[in-house]
Amino acid sequence: MARVLIVAEHDGETLNPSVARCVTCASGIDGADIDVAVLAADGGALAAEAAKIQGVRTVLQADNPANEHLLAATAAPQVASLAEGYSHVFGPSTTFGKDLMPRVAALLDVNQVSDIMEILGSHRFKRPIYAGNAIITVEVADDKPVVATVRTASYHGAEPGNDASIEGVSTDAELPQHTRFVELATGSSDRPDLQTAARVVSGGRALGSAEKFELIFDFADSIGAAVGASRAAVDAGYVPNEMQVGQTGKIIAPELYFAIGISGAIQHLTGIKDAGTIVAINKDAEAPIFEVADIGLVGDLFAIVPELKKAMGS
Amino acid sequence: MEKILVGLKRVVDYNVRVRVRSDGSGVETDGVKMSINPFDEIALEEALRIRERNEASEIIVVSIGPAEAQQQLRTGLAMGADRAILIKAGADVDSLTAAKMLLEIVNRENPDLVLLGKQAIDNDNNQTGQMLAALWGRPQATFVSRLEVGDGTLKVKREVDAGLETIEVDLPAVVTTDLRLNEPRYVKLPDIMKAKKKPLDEIDAEELGVKSDESVRTVSWEPPEQRQKGIMVDDVEGLVAALNDKGLI
Ligand SMILES: Cc1cc2nc3c(=O)[nH]c(=O)nc-3n(C[C@H](O)[C@H](O)[C@H](O)COP(=O)(O)OP(=O)(O)OC[C@H]3O[C@@H](n4cnc5c(N)ncnc54)[C@H](O)[C@@H]3O)c2cc1C
Ligand SMILES: Nc1ncnc2c1ncn2[C@@H]1O[C@H](COP(=O)(O)O)[C@@H](O)[C@H]1O
Repeated sequence: MARVLIVAEHDGETLNPSVARCVTCASGIDGADIDVAVLAADGGALAAEAAKIQGVRTVLQADNPANEHLLAATAAPQVASLAEGYSHVFGPSTTFGKDLMPRVAALLDVNQVSDIMEILGSHRFKRPIYAGNAIITVEVADDKPVVATVRTASYHGAEPGNDASIEGVSTDAELPQHTRFVELATGSSDRPDLQTAARVVSGGRALGSAEKFELIFDFADSIGAAVGASRAAVDAGYVPNEMQVGQTGKIIAPELYFAIGISGAIQHLTGIKDAGTIVAINKDAEAPIFEVADIGLVGDLFAIVPELKKAMGS
Repeated sequence: MEKILVGLKRVVDYNVRVRVRSDGSGVETDGVKMSINPFDEIALEEALRIRERNEASEIIVVSIGPAEAQQQLRTGLAMGADRAILIKAGADVDSLTAAKMLLEIVNRENPDLVLLGKQAIDNDNNQTGQMLAALWGRPQATFVSRLEVGDGTLKVKREVDAGLETIEVDLPAVVTTDLRLNEPRYVKLPDIMKAKKKPLDEIDAEELGVKSDESVRTVSWEPPEQRQKGIMVDDVEGLVAALNDKGLI
């Protein structure tokens, strides 16, 4: 029978929404028992939050001072040790999971299945390759655990409303000292989170400067949207890296996505192919973004966006 | 530091629009332009810059793949690497096997730093560097957009979902690159000529004694579902009406 261990992503205070999404993905495996491992310095509140997620059987609370700022090098040996007895070990395909899970896979001597987008059976999965230009079905041997990351944009989070048991666990895994956390610089904002927002407004190279990118923030704020950007806009320094949407940025699935002054390169489109409705605003009628947009408007964004803000903003 | 090892994977060029063969047996690679994986080019550029600051003395590029991967290694030598190693294997070696083979080279060469790309843009796996670090029992610094060499250590900035994380690792270590680490240089013609004289060793994969991993097997390929082209509107009024129709406002 399938026993799935999900490695919880968190910031020390709250769980990342990716945890509930991984639970939904894992529940696609028939009859699977789903447990969540919380590795933290003091994970009581986090474990309690995980225990509320519907579909979770047991939460493993692995407290250790070394987990204060969770690093792959220290987390991997703990996860590999907790994985004993599990048929599957899942993490999210966020930067946290992408950093950690392959290290776990190597310790368990298996390849990782990256970015599961569909479960076809306990050992059969679909995943994208070539920036989403091809979808492959992979079959995984069942003599060792399946280690995988879950493409979080493909799943809605499981709802709260559960009361799973919480078990304190400790591992005797030896933790290395060779890797040290220094700091995390994060552009704190009151805006919705890009990875889970229902509405996202993204700006591209066309914005021209950080000052002019304010137009995008203004419009986004007026409709309660998160803000994203193309790689070109990030590279040019208009906005920080955590706003990049695409193959090498964030893969998102909002209900409504605005691509403003973005040409629609394949690497950008990879990040939004599961969006509900895509609106494109671009002055070039031939821009590839219009091939995938549900609603397209050709014109100068500097004229259109203020007008749109007036028409849509409450 | 002494030596830097850089992985160069031969992949379909990022400008090629990759298509699944109509019989679902794989993606079309016949006659398609092949290049160095873009992230690996960035890894090599970073190694060159470290050497130019006199913080390293030798750069070795290594590729695991078919004989044709010599082209990518020659490009790497033309960019400025000192020597190259080709591990002759099939075109699609899995990440765990690649990591094990790289570990064999690491054990022979004892580099202070291994620089790899964060992901190969063909399989989009994003695993090899982390796996090599685990098997080697050494630190990993993934998705790096800034790197400073210290005394037996590295201080790096990593692009993470929340922003930029700074960590410090002891050497030797594995670093994987993100796109904003640097902009790779262009190769100049005289350098291409010079590169022809630089050493390129070939090793048969079997010689390394690494058994190919078969834990994950691809059984079929299909094209992605295409989004349909929608409607064009003439002005903001039309746009708002269309959003209203969809119940989005
Ligand atoms: C390995 C790799 C990974 C990558 N990963 C990503 C990724 O994750 N995300 C990503 O976004 N890109 C990624 N890229 C880059 C991608 O290929 C494109 O270069 C990038 O998306 C272009 O950004 P852009 O659309 O903002 O800029 P451009 O392509 O320059 O487009 C600007 C658009 O703005 C329009 N425009 C100009 N002025 C106006 C105006 N006044 N009003 C309206 N429209 C205007 C133009 O017509 C044009 O279409 C990656 C590339 C590589 C090689
Ligand atoms: N066959 C290979 N030859 C050389 N380097 C490789 C190979 N496979 C993977 N790598 C390195 O590992 C990185 C990540 O690859 P992957 O884990 O397959 O996405 C690549 O960017 C390369 O630097």
